[in-house]
Amino acid sequence: MKRLRVTKPKAIIKVFAVLLPLILCGFGVASASSEHSSGVSGNVAAAPAVEVAHGGAEAAPEEEKAGDVIMHHILDKGVLTFEPFGEVSLPHLSIPASVPVLGGLDISVTKHVVMLWLVSAALLIVFSIVGGKYKTMNSRQAPKGLANAMEALVEFIRLDVAKSNIGHGYEKHLPYLLTIFFFILFCNLLGLIPYGATATGNVNVTLTLSIFTFFVTQIAAFRAHGVKGYLQHLTAGTHWSLWIIMVPIEIIGQFTKPFALTVRLFANMTAGHIIILSLIFISFILKSYIVAVAVSVPFAIFIYLLELFVAFLQAFVFTMLSALFIGLATAHEGHDEHEAAVAHH
Amino acid sequence: MLTSGIILLAGSLLSPNPGLIFWTAVTFVIVLLILKKIAWGPILGALEEREKGIQSSIDRAHQAKDESEAILRKNRELLAKADAESDRIIREGKDYAEKLRADFTDKAQAEAKKMIASAKDEIEQEKRRALDVLRNEVADLAVKGAEKIIKTALDADMQKKIVDSMIQDLSTKRN
Repeated sequence: MKRLRVTKPKAIIKVFAVLLPLILCGFGVASASSEHSSGVSGNVAAAPAVEVAHGGAEAAPEEEKAGDVIMHHILDKGVLTFEPFGEVSLPHLSIPASVPVLGGLDISVTKHVVMLWLVSAALLIVFSIVGGKYKTMNSRQAPKGLANAMEALVEFIRLDVAKSNIGHGYEKHLPYLLTIFFFILFCNLLGLIPYGATATGNVNVTLTLSIFTFFVTQIAAFRAHGVKGYLQHLTAGTHWSLWIIMVPIEIIGQFTKPFALTVRLFANMTAGHIIILSLIFISFILKSYIVAVAVSVPFAIFIYLLELFVAFLQAFVFTMLSALFIGLATAHEGHDEHEAAVAHH
Repeated sequence: MLTSGIILLAGSLLSPNPGLIFWTAVTFVIVLLILKKIAWGPILGALEEREKGIQSSIDRAHQAKDESEAILRKNRELLAKADAESDRIIREGKDYAEKLRADFTDKAQAEAKKMIASAKDEIEQEKRRALDVLRNEVADLAVKGAEKIIKTALDADMQKKIVDSMIQDLSTKRN
């Protein structure tokens, strides 16, 4: 307590000492810009600070463009922008028309595709190192460093997500669950570094991942019950006269699950970025360094830290729900109590 | 207001992009296959192996504990048995010594009694012999006295003198 009382005023004085010139400068610029009725100089000066807080934000020349800038940052596009260094335009590709099903499909490489590839590269590098370590390691050695860090996550997914939700036969689905967890996690984290973009903040990406979960779930259900059991599952064990209601509901239920996964991940990842950018743009709209220092930057940093947590949380939630859906699809009626008991332990 | 309106109305946020779906699917499947081969196999194998190793170690430790407990119990039993044995031997020795001592004492007492009895017998015999000798002597003296009296015959004074002299003789002889 005593130590806190001593250090707190000192820290506050230090912070003020650092901020005082900025605030004074802000007043100067604000008054100057009001005289010249132009906020451009202030915005340009603030640009480096914005660059530090988040990637890819651009100094908007006018406050009416704030929404455009946010959308520009969130949305997918065919160029990689490296403000203020310039931009790289990405190639436009399309599948040749001679290919039977996908013929003529526009498969242009976009910002989010590049991010997906970066994520894949990062995943492959990290896990080739970790996998190599495990190959050379015997069972008496303890893992350390990167292998240990990844093992904690792998073990978490293996036991707390897969084993407790799927139960018997969870080993078959582990590679899929682990890949989807780390893929989403790396996408979320790479979206948080400057110049990065969140591929999982694009509804197309999350939709594709959900479709994978959907297929995995359906295949697991067919494998567990056979065609007859699968069709019986659709009736939910009710009387035949209720089938006309139950079957459509069950079929719709099969599709709402991946839809919920899609929207949850996409909305969470997009919302965080919109909040950070909106907080930053408050200072541009109000044309004030005081607002930037007192409101925008601290709050943006807070949301950024929250986003770090959300990156892990959403990867976990997606994996957890995938495992849960697989577990629900493969659960045998007769063994429900048994499996519930197992999950309970 | 304008900002939020633009974000809300922007259809492009939800617009489908088949190319991106295609690339996501392709990328994800390739990553899944490669990771399954290079990472998940070795890592999960190692984890399972370690789990089994830990389980077997625990089992072994329990087994060793049971074994050591059994050995300890056996040792304690043996120790108790040895203690009882030594107690028994000491007690037996003590008993034996006691018996031996009692035997010796009894024997010695019996011996002493026997010796005393034989000594008494001897003394009795000697006494009887001495009495016999004395009786013979007295008889002899009486016969001699009678002889002398008869020899001197019917002289009162003479007889009186003889008896006196005999008594004197006797008294001198005794002295």
